[in-house]
Amino acid sequence: MGEYRLLLANVDKPGSHKLEVYRKAGGYERLRKALFEMKPDEVVEEVKKSGLRGRGGAGFPTGVKWGFVPKTDLPKYLICNADEGEPGTFKDRVIIEKDPHLLLEGIAISAYAIGAHEAFIYIRGEYEYGARILESAIREAEEAGILGDNALGSGYRIKIVVHRGAGAYVCGEETALINSLEGRRGHPRLRPPFPASKGVYQCPTIVNNVETLASVPFIVEKGGDWYASLGTEKSKGTKLFSISGHIKRPGVYELILGTPFDVLLNELAGGVRDGRKLKAVIPGGSSTPMLTAEEVEGMTLDYENIQARGSQLGSGAVIVMDDSTNIVKVVWRLAKFYAHESCGQCTPCREGTRWMVQILDRIVRGEGRMEDLDVLLDFESIMAGNCLCPLGDAALGPLISGITKFRSEFEAQIKSGRCLV
Amino acid sequence: MVVDRSFVSEETWAKIEDLMGRYPDKRSALLQVLHVVQDEKGYLNYDAIKWIATLFRLPPAEVYSVASFYTMYNLKPVGKYLIQVCTNISCSITGADEIVRFIEKKLGIKVGETTPDGKFTLITVECLGSCGKAPAMMINKDYYEELTPEKVERILESLK
Repeated sequence: MGEYRLLLANVDKPGSHKLEVYRKAGGYERLRKALFEMKPDEVVEEVKKSGLRGRGGAGFPTGVKWGFVPKTDLPKYLICNADEGEPGTFKDRVIIEKDPHLLLEGIAISAYAIGAHEAFIYIRGEYEYGARILESAIREAEEAGILGDNALGSGYRIKIVVHRGAGAYVCGEETALINSLEGRRGHPRLRPPFPASKGVYQCPTIVNNVETLASVPFIVEKGGDWYASLGTEKSKGTKLFSISGHIKRPGVYELILGTPFDVLLNELAGGVRDGRKLKAVIPGGSSTPMLTAEEVEGMTLDYENIQARGSQLGSGAVIVMDDSTNIVKVVWRLAKFYAHESCGQCTPCREGTRWMVQILDRIVRGEGRMEDLDVLLDFESIMAGNCLCPLGDAALGPLISGITKFRSEFEAQIKSGRCLV
Repeated sequence: MVVDRSFVSEETWAKIEDLMGRYPDKRSALLQVLHVVQDEKGYLNYDAIKWIATLFRLPPAEVYSVASFYTMYNLKPVGKYLIQVCTNISCSITGADEIVRFIEKKLGIKVGETTPDGKFTLITVECLGSCGKAPAMMINKDYYEELTPEKVERILESLK
């Protein structure tokens, strides 16, 4: 069991971002199939059958989400979430830069499925190169009559607009993203109403991650049942894993869900560097609780197995730390990240992340007190479930897991009084 | 109020018109317009904010509140080269701190400062999505990855 390249099948071909190369590999035939041979509801049904779950981190079933779009005369919108900002995650960038037409085909099919004529790609501001690649791919597809007023001659209108963000992690959260797309501060909205009923411009809106949308053409081509035959009972299909940190061959690897973690870590990524020992792993992006070397033994890469170990598959961003890593500094650094990115709208997150940093600052400076550790653990009861969006809970992931699992390291730091910065 | 088109170049004005026509509601173009005006001016001073506010028929305070929310908008002048070193987790455990210290020493400035000749500004930033090629940084809009002090030295010397 090694790599299984479905979404990444084209990325190494020369000129993989060009329409010509994409069409040679059968590109846009899945869109043709959807537009000419399937009703929108049939596409939704196949995606439901496939068991595809949102690849941005939350893992919500995609077909179910699409099913929430009400039957109304209001315009409907599809938004592709390309705000890839979860620390450790760099998988969507590969699709955007190397196979933009796969993404456009996925967006076009999905827009048709939910009855949208306009789609937006919300791409993080730093990915300027990716935005340019997407813009030129859209132009190519429009000129070839694939997108536009009469997509592939079907009479269906599909317009895709690239929208650049400007540096705000919270905009990866779908309601903050919608505010940002409307030209506002990226403040998450109170839910309900959910975007499926009231999203951008108060109209029904579906927000899906790049990888999720890029999976849709394969489901249309080979069927939901085929897709569901890959993986485990609750985790279907393939997933892109971004692996980074103390390993020999960091990068993006595509695996069938349920593949042993050992295959990713040792066979593909080459294991930890220079005879060092594995210390801890963040399995699904910085918001997911870290696991110790013992806890990842025998782990398989799927939603349920990682959850049973007290963490999450998240965005599939695996951050590997060897025994040279100072966990106190890791927890402190991530706390600073969440405090910086907290939008400031709701009190538990704004104040909680700030206080976390202030307490961790003094521990890192060597001025910590032993009781600080229990104060930090108390943040869970203050913040968990009490914030407007998942950012507050995300901040707790590394904090609580780090202190609970590596408490002796924190205690030693406090006792030593050493300044780490 | 009438918008004074001469505030920006013809090229920038053409981009603005294109961007404002892309959305069902023109306010959606605000982030994009802030980007292109900053691209021309280098940073967004109060005159730029006021001008954009007139364009969108919004109070300047509203435009400022949006611009100040996002880290990529420079509300103060920055050097010709804005060096943005990622210090988030994957970069920090693979040597980002060493890179920051090296640049500070090489340029004689601290994080957040600009060299007296106005050439370089150094800041640290959150995850750039280059974790597979950490440590990483951006200079203006370009990515530089798998950094070592030697590599950074060569990059800085190549910037005139």
